[in-house]
This record gives sequence, structure tokens and C-alpha cells, in this order.
Amino acid sequence: MAAALPLVLFVLLLLGPVGRGHAEPPRDSLREELVITPLPSGDVAATFQFRTRWDSELQREEVSHYRLFPKALGQLISKYSLRELHLSFTQGFWRTRYWGPPFLQAPSGAELWVWFQDTVTDVDKSWKELSNVLSGIFCASLNFIDSTNTVTPTASFKPLGLANGTDHNFLRYAVLPREVVCTENLTPWKKLLPCSSKAGLSVLLKADRLFHTSYHSQAVHIRPVCRNARCTSVSWELRQTLSVVFDAFVTGQGKKDWSLFRMFSRTLTEPCPLASESRVYVDITGYNQDNETLEVTPPPTTTYQDVILGARKTYAVYDLLDTAVINNSRNLNLQLKWKSPPESGYVHYQPAQDRLQPHLLEMLIQLPANSATKVSIQFERALLKWTEYTPDPNHGFYVSPSVISALVPSTVAAKPVDWEESPLFKSLYPVSDSSSYFVRLYTEPLLVNLPTPDFSMPYNVICLTCTVVAVCYGSFYNLLTRTFHIEEPSTGGLAKRLANLIRRARGVPPL
Amino acid sequence: MVASSFLRKCLTTLAGLLLLSFGSLAASQIEDQTEQFFRSGHTNNWAVLVCTSRFWFNYRHVANTLSVYRSVKRLGIPDSHIVLMLADDMACNPRNPKPATVFSHKNMELNVYGDDVEVDYRSYEVTVENFLRVLTGRIPPSTPRSKRLLSDDRSNILIYMTGHGGNGFLKFQDSEEITNIELADAFEQMWQKRRYNELLFIIDTCQGASMYERFYSPNIMALASSQVGEDSLSHQPDPAIGVHLMDRYTFYVLEFLEEINPASQTNMNDLFQVCPKSLCVSTPGHRTDLFQRDPKNVLITDFFGSVRKVEITTETIRLQPDLGNMESRYKKEWMDEELMEPLKYAEQLPVAQIIHQEVTGHQMLARW
Repeated sequence: MAAALPLVLFVLLLLGPVGRGHAEPPRDSLREELVITPLPSGDVAATFQFRTRWDSELQREEVSHYRLFPKALGQLISKYSLRELHLSFTQGFWRTRYWGPPFLQAPSGAELWVWFQDTVTDVDKSWKELSNVLSGIFCASLNFIDSTNTVTPTASFKPLGLANGTDHNFLRYAVLPREVVCTENLTPWKKLLPCSSKAGLSVLLKADRLFHTSYHSQAVHIRPVCRNARCTSVSWELRQTLSVVFDAFVTGQGKKDWSLFRMFSRTLTEPCPLASESRVYVDITGYNQDNETLEVTPPPTTTYQDVILGARKTYAVYDLLDTAVINNSRNLNLQLKWKSPPESGYVHYQPAQDRLQPHLLEMLIQLPANSATKVSIQFERALLKWTEYTPDPNHGFYVSPSVISALVPSTVAAKPVDWEESPLFKSLYPVSDSSSYFVRLYTEPLLVNLPTPDFSMPYNVICLTCTVVAVCYGSFYNLLTRTFHIEEPSTGGLAKRLANLIRRARGVPPL
Repeated sequence: MVASSFLRKCLTTLAGLLLLSFGSLAASQIEDQTEQFFRSGHTNNWAVLVCTSRFWFNYRHVANTLSVYRSVKRLGIPDSHIVLMLADDMACNPRNPKPATVFSHKNMELNVYGDDVEVDYRSYEVTVENFLRVLTGRIPPSTPRSKRLLSDDRSNILIYMTGHGGNGFLKFQDSEEITNIELADAFEQMWQKRRYNELLFIIDTCQGASMYERFYSPNIMALASSQVGEDSLSHQPDPAIGVHLMDRYTFYVLEFLEEINPASQTNMNDLFQVCPKSLCVSTPGHRTDLFQRDPKNVLITDFFGSVRKVEITTETIRLQPDLGNMESRYKKEWMDEELMEPLKYAEQLPVAQIIHQEVTGHQMLARW
């Protein structure tokens, strides 16, 4: 027994160095996923997620071997003792009213919130240095984050990963709303991906398509997660997410047919060889109704149903690692087409031309029962020339009333009439169909008060100007052109001599 | 006997003479090669490209800077050796009808913004102070590496500036200016700290020649798009985008640089002739009195490219992997301890805990 033990040890030692010949099972794994969601307004949302999970304890050991997990972020975690990091760059705003609830929304601009480990002594200093380093990695002005725009939330922003204590002193949050996101932020983000933009879902990330969107949000999330279901050990998870919403009218030219090529100007050719999972999900809930059907080509291999964000949804799944999906055509170009029954509506619009013709809008609408339909139109009145005003402009301007011509179903069938026999009030409108009657209604005219110019102003200006000109110019003219002559008083004249004679006779001094 | 020894002596002297002549021939060839090798004294290249104008109507200045960036990257200078400063964002500007693109010509063939661009200083960070700090190296310690100019005394640096300028100054973002005296002093600081081997300064603004009048440090060559008293004009407007796309001088410089590849032997004299008055309307100027080498010996790729001097060897070198060290490290990684009790995720909105929590400091809590 005692001899067997050293023998066993010796055998184990021998096997040890031999064991390095096998490949160690990889400690990190990559999953990539794209979710395409047709939105109720006709737009299409695409959400990419690249998730690298690294089964390693970064805090405790000197790690120098990085495979899928990017070295730039791994070194950040160990140097600044991070527990969680969430950084997002967004352009645009997610319109929940038209688009439905988002998977992950981010504020417009740049947002950074970080949980530090409890071993950090000076959190503010680490925060400042961290934001400087991140500004270099992502080519953004995150170095403008300082105490004037950083807060320490006390109740929200709990850690999204594993946590065994939440002292909010180790949390910092900052938002830079002025931050622009453009290709220079996408380039380093793409370089963090294991397959960069060469294979897998990341070939679709072309900047000139991704920024021609109503909403663009890219983010990096790092957090510790459970390694297995029992949750007895910790792995690091890096999620890189990118959400874009393609506008139906700007990029789709008004048509509701979408394909991967139309959205990204690329198609999928091969999965990323480093990924353990590479899937595309297309949301096909809500389109299996009578009025509209959504057709997805090529047909999916499987579907996935689950309760997402509180509603039951169905997704068509395309697995890129499944050879049947890409095999026959060497590339995968998903196409979404809406097939709806022909519309029974009519709209005619003739826009106004200044001083030539007014607006004309005619619409044929089918009103559903027990409902209220509101039609509104915005218009502008052009500024009038001063000769075109009426003598009483303060009264306002009139807009002609709208007309509604309706065919109303009647509860009682009417009998066809002979116009000569029936009273006059029955034969106002000709009736062709006895189940409904025709009526023409008018709305009130609109009287709009518009700002009026002050018509007395030209008169006031002319008076004032003329006065000023007359006073100034007249004085100058006078001064410049008046010449002074010295006059000799005249000594004589017959009338004067006669007058002087008379004055002498009277005893009055002479002239 | 004597004849044979004499003959032998003659043969040896003849052989010796022949060897000497061959040797000298080979030596002169080697001398040529070594002279070529050491023609320029630099070992690395850096570029600092600055656009100083903000607002959409100054689209052309961003296009200028990006076209020089593109040429410099194409000829071999990596992003880590380029400091790109753009004062405003034109590519993703809401007024740009083609987002994520910046074009140099209205035929829209060349997107100078590209797919692989890294801007180091953008928007409000482009200030006179940051520019001078980058040049002189007096940068706060927390600045990331991509924002530093880590040149040494064997670096050739290309500095390109564009924007709105006047006689003796260049305007930064409509709120401050840098004068030619400040710029000359910054270059002198760089020389004193031996931060460059040779420096090429190109400026494309109105009255650009005034900016290089005051330089006094050695090894600087300068080019400008117009003389003092002249305006630099823009090239062409594009009706779809609505602004002028590029300035004339840089447009013709870009056209010239598109012909260059890393193996070109084109020299600086060709660059001086790039935009004659007939094309540019202004008179481009240059200054070479501070430069030690003759411009006709200076290759374009000495400043615009990063041509490495490599010597190819055919001998094989065996590398010994350090097996023992690697193996012990792998073994250490593999031993992760498993925790005894399972961990949990934090609750995202623990209402009861929030209401009753104690808050330190002078923060007010409203309880209702």
C-alpha cells in the first residue's frame, strides 16, 4: 500500500506533462444573435447582440492570455477593479408610442455607469481615470465626464450581474447628451468583436447603412454572471449590443418590403468560426391575421415562442451554424413581405398655389361601427402684400367649411319613389339603394385672426422724414446759399424831401 | 626557377590587383546601398491633422483633413501614429443627406470618411490649448495613448492644419485663435525637447503663408495654400449636399497623393508645383530655408508614408518555446475554487429596501 502510493504519484506526475499535449477546453465562448422586428408603423428594427462569456476570475490572478475576450476591456477590469460597466452611445430616440417597447433603450448621447469592487479606496479617482481611458478606446469625448455631470444614484441602477452587497458608494453614473455617435465610434466597437467585421453577423455592420436610420444605439455591457445553473462560480460576460431602426420612408422608399440586402447592403455568407451559436430571429407575431399576412423567405427551419416583455411572441429562427440554412445559395438574404388585401380607399390631394388655387383634399373613408374618426389638416396662410389686405383686416380671414357626403345605412328599408307622386321633401336626393340614404353635411367655417400690419406707419414715416429733412436740409441750404450785402442807406428821393418839409413845418425831427 | 617564382609573383600581384578592383567595386556598391539606407535620418513617422472649423458650411475643412488622413493611412502610417482632430462632425450631422460619408468631389466617388476612421480629438476638445499640449507633450497624465504625440528625435512629423485664417493667425472653432508666434514657439519647444527629426507643416487657409513666416527652429519645411493678402478658395459646391466640398489646394494635393504608392520616388519639388495659380487662383508658397536637406532629395513618403527600411535575411532562426512556464500557468488557471453557497443576482427594484434605507451625507429624502 505504502509502495503503491508513491507509484501512483509517480504515474500521475508522468501523466501531468504529457497532458499538455491535449488542447485545453476553451475558457471563453461567443454567441451572436440578430433579432429583426417589424414595427407597427412600417419601420423595421434590428438588434444585434454579441456575447462573450469568459470563465475566469480576473481579479485574482495575473491574466495574460486573451482569446475571445478583448484585451483592452480585460485589462480595464483588472486595473480599475470593476464589477460592472455599462457604456452606450445613442443617436435618436426610441418612439415607444409608434414602435412598441424596446429590448434595451439608452439615452441620447453617451451614458456610462459603473459599479466598482468594494476593494477600491478612491472611487472618484478611478472613475475619472476610467472615463479618460474609455474616451481613448472608443474615440469619444468621455473625458468631459467630471464631478459636474456625475451622480451616485441611491436607489436605481442596481447591479445587473451577480452581487453580494450593494453599497451605492461604489456606483457612478454620468450622461453626456451632446455626444455624437458616428463611424469613429463604431470602428473601435467592431474591433472588439472576435470575428471583427469579417465573418458571421458582423459583416452586416456597415456604417453608411447603420447611420441612415431613425435610431442607432450601440453599447458595451460587462458584468459577472453565473457560470452554471447551480451558480457556484462566476464568469465574466461581455455583451455588445447594437440597435437600429430603419425608416420605412427614408430607406424603404415607402414600400414595406424589407430584406437584409435592403437594410444593410450585405447578405450573410458564413457564420463566425469562433462562435458557438449564431442565429437570426424574425418576429412573426401579430401578422397571422386576416387583414395582413407577413411572409418570410426563405422559410425558417424552426420557430420559437415565448413571453417577451409581457406579451406572447413567435419568432422564426435561422441558425447559421446549421448547414441547411446557407448551403444551397451560399448566402442568406432574408426577405419580409407584407401581403394585404387591396385597399378600398381613395385620396385625392391638390396642394395650393399662391394666388392661383386653394388646397383640395378628398378622401373616401369607410367608418367602422361604434367608433369616432378624426380628420385634421394643417395649413399655412402666406403673408399678403400690403395692397391685398381688405379695409378691415382686424376682422380675420375665413376658411371655407368642409363637406361630408355620406351614405348612411338605414335601419328600415325604403321603398323606391316616384318623384311626381311623393312629397317634395322626399325627392331631394336620388336614391339608388334602398338600404342606405345619402346625406351631405357641412362643418362650421373657420375664422382666423392673423397678425395685421400697422397701415398708418408709411404715413407716419413720410411725415417724420420730411420734417427732419426740411428742418435740417433747409437750414443748411439757407446757411450755405444766403449771402449778406451791406446796404448804404439812401440819402434822397423826392418823396423824402417833401416829407421832410412837412415834418419841419410840424416841428417833428426829419427822416 | 627564378622565372617561375617571378611568374608566380606576377600572378599573385595580378590576382591581388583584380581582387582589389572587384573589392572596391563591391565596396562602392555597398556604399551606395548604405547611403540609400541612411538617406533620411528618421525611423518612424507621425501625423497631426487638425481641422479647426465648426458648423455645417465649413464641411470643406473636414473634407480637407480627412483626405490627408486617408492618404497618410493608405501610405502606411497606422492610426496609433496619427492624431486626428476634427472640430465638428459632418458625417453624422443631421443636415448630411448621406450619413456616415464625407465626399471630396461632387461625383461622390471617394468617401474620404471611410469605414475605418479613428478621430482622437473631436468637437469641443479641439482647442488651441489641446493642440499645443499635443505638440509639446505636456499632457495630463490620464490622457489615453491614442491622444498623445509620442514622437522621439528620429520621428518625421507631418502637421496639416486647415480652417479660417488671417494674417498671422488661425481661428479655432470661431472662439479663439492661434498666432504664428505661438506656433513657432511650440515648434521650438519641440526642437529643444528633441521631439522631431524633421517636420513638414502644411496649411490650407486664407493668407496661409503668414503662419510659417515666424518659424526659427531647424529642420522645418512649410507649405501654404496662399500668400499674405490672398484668399484660398474652395473648389466646387455640390447642389445635393448644399455646401462646398473641398478647398482647391487640398483637392489638387489629394489628386497628387492618389498617384503616390509606398514605393514612389517622387520628391518634394513635385509637391511644390502641385497647384499653380491657374488652378488654385491663389499662389501657393513654401519655405525651405530652415530645412537641411535639399528638397529634391526628400521623398514624399518620408513624411506622408511610413516606409520601413527592411533588410531581408534568408537564414532560419529557431525559437525555443518556454514550455515549463506556460504549463504551470495553465495549471494554476484551471484550479478555480468553487464557492460553497450559490450566488444570486441583485433585485432591480427592491421597493421595501429603498423606502427604508438610510442615506449618508446631506441628501434629502422625501418619505411619503
